[in-house]
Amino acid sequence: MADIAASSGARGKPAIRLSLNDPTFRAIFWQIVVVGIIGLILWYLISNTLHNLEVRKIATGWGFLSREAGFAIGETAIEYGPENSYGRAIVVGILNTLRVAIIGIVLATILGTFVGIGRLSKNWLIAKVCSVYVEFMRNLPLLVQLFFWWALFQDAFPGPRQALEPITGFFFSNRGIKMPIPAEHWIHAWMGVAFLIGVAASFYVKHWAAARQAATGEQFPVLYAALGLILGLPFVVWLIGGAPVAMDWPALRGFNFQGGLTLTPEFAALLVGLVTYTAGFIAEIVRAGILAVPHGQTEAASALGIRRGKMLQLVILPQALRVIVPPMTSQYLNLTKNSSLAVAIGYPDLVSIANTTLNQTGQAIEGIAIIMAAYLTVSLSISLFMNWYNKRIAFKER
Amino acid sequence: MKALASAIAAAAVAVAALPAQAQQGSGSPTLDAVKARGQLICGANGSVAGFGMPNARGEWTGLDVDVCRAVAAAVFGDATKVRYVATTAQQRFTALQSGEIDLLVRNTTWTLSRDTSLGLDFLATNFYDGQGFMVKKSLNVKSAKELNGATICVQPGTTTELNLADYFRANNIRFTPVVIERLEENIAAYLAGRCDSFTTDVSGLASIRAANTPVPADHVILPEVISKEPLGPSVRHGDAKWGDIVKWAFFATLEAEELGLTSANIDSQMNSTNPSIQRFVGATGGLGQMLGLDNKWAYNIIKQVGNYGEQYERNIKPLGIERGVNNLWTKGGLMYAPPLR
Repeated sequence: MADIAASSGARGKPAIRLSLNDPTFRAIFWQIVVVGIIGLILWYLISNTLHNLEVRKIATGWGFLSREAGFAIGETAIEYGPENSYGRAIVVGILNTLRVAIIGIVLATILGTFVGIGRLSKNWLIAKVCSVYVEFMRNLPLLVQLFFWWALFQDAFPGPRQALEPITGFFFSNRGIKMPIPAEHWIHAWMGVAFLIGVAASFYVKHWAAARQAATGEQFPVLYAALGLILGLPFVVWLIGGAPVAMDWPALRGFNFQGGLTLTPEFAALLVGLVTYTAGFIAEIVRAGILAVPHGQTEAASALGIRRGKMLQLVILPQALRVIVPPMTSQYLNLTKNSSLAVAIGYPDLVSIANTTLNQTGQAIEGIAIIMAAYLTVSLSISLFMNWYNKRIAFKER
Repeated sequence: MKALASAIAAAAVAVAALPAQAQQGSGSPTLDAVKARGQLICGANGSVAGFGMPNARGEWTGLDVDVCRAVAAAVFGDATKVRYVATTAQQRFTALQSGEIDLLVRNTTWTLSRDTSLGLDFLATNFYDGQGFMVKKSLNVKSAKELNGATICVQPGTTTELNLADYFRANNIRFTPVVIERLEENIAAYLAGRCDSFTTDVSGLASIRAANTPVPADHVILPEVISKEPLGPSVRHGDAKWGDIVKWAFFATLEAEELGLTSANIDSQMNSTNPSIQRFVGATGGLGQMLGLDNKWAYNIIKQVGNYGEQYERNIKPLGIERGVNNLWTKGGLMYAPPLR
């Protein structure tokens, strides 16, 4: 390779000959041919589609997004009613998908990590229970599991008038789990601000402590300080606001409970299904990551006199994470995309609402395009974030 | 080089020529396709007894299914030459648009927006229906107006879903929808008590109460009928000739009832001197030819499928729904076929 480059460089840039024997021309020629064929196929598909839509008088365009939707949605994160537009209905769907995906990713990671570590436990019972869990969850189709949880939530709990109340204010019925929440008060917004300030201050404390330890060798209890800041600041604000204790209690009125916070059976079934299923895969990834760190690292750390907790934090986990993060990204993407199975159990996610929209308007191509664009955006965002994180924790060769 | 270029040019021309295929034959691409296949593909419901559902022997039965059978009898002279495709409320229009089915008869409401923007044509009304509510008797609800705050099970992508929202808005009361695509799961959710009420067309409610509930007497259908639901067959837009065949195959079943022709007596009426009957059985008039069919098309329908009244007796009566507006116009109903002449 180097020889050819050197010799052609010595003779100056050779002229491109219009022959397939000329490597440069050949490369460009075939690229043009391939691009041309792909272009022709695309042109054929698009023109044929438009032609057929035109012939069959099927409506096209995006105008329907601003038309009144006319249908109601059971769970909405933002204000929504049948008088709102299709566009807003789809936003409600996207938010519902994001809600289950984000909570699901957090919970699946926690559960999966525990099970993965549990499978490595020296305790025979814990290790076996975790093994059975992993094999069970990984090897049953997700849709079957979702139907199982859905049927369980629906049939195992009584109707709202006979709801179970294990703790005062918490009602379990086939309409979901109802719980009291603090009644609306202006101080809540300020408590949120205080919480964010607490988080920012914690980061500052962490940096300061690291710098101080590097300079003086003295350690600082960062964890307790951070907890104090993150929880303590909002608490102080709450006290300043007059410590409002009024709660919004759920109460049975008419057919159902009014007030309080609701966890619907559809959301609960979907969340539990996604979390337990994905946690099975995550557990194996975590186990693989930990096993990938050679035992010599542990021994070397003990030889240096590092405590067990610190050892895990400073030696084992940073190396394990390098193995864990890339496949974990795939699992996060899977969980997000699997949430579209919600349509089978009636949780109003993006697919469910976009399906209804395309059915009411008849604009299937636009509806599917919205679904694809939304999932692509969410998935690429997760990928980008995880790649950034992966780069951050990657082994830095100096 | 030259050979390559000309090959690419030839490929491009061939690809461009594909959409414009020569159209020969009857002038109806759907009829040609059906005849070439030797079978009609009919989109039906699959889970509503009385309209479209396979029975215990796996044979499809129902008022909608009888429209499919009538069309097959008219085209092939054999009512059994039909393949049924069970469609959900959401898939049905796409299935028709994409050509997966030739004909959609799935208790589908005829509305302006569907007729104009979905690329399909509604042809006739084979059942006049309206939307109602079913509740458990134990709830002691007497009127739909008492359903304030109720949770209601409904199928997505239906006019039902829209009427429901309209009705509650108009009466200034609130509800929470539970929307599940497959009817079976939707009914299961209602029966499990996830919903206080189930809503769909009154005929559908009667069918579900009779066929899907453990004890039908535990469920009541509320008196309010909140919408007009003219249910009927539809075909793809742009094939008027195929639409004619479906439309007149259905009208023939109404005409036969009006003329007193049934599957039992039509053979003995073949030599009737009544000119209307002579035209109907194909002895005179050549009506079949005008449709591009055999002149015995209508005879085959009545002989094999029966007239509309027979179909109603067989399919809808067992659900406990009286003829009412679905009776012939001569008996105070809305069923009225234009003259077959």
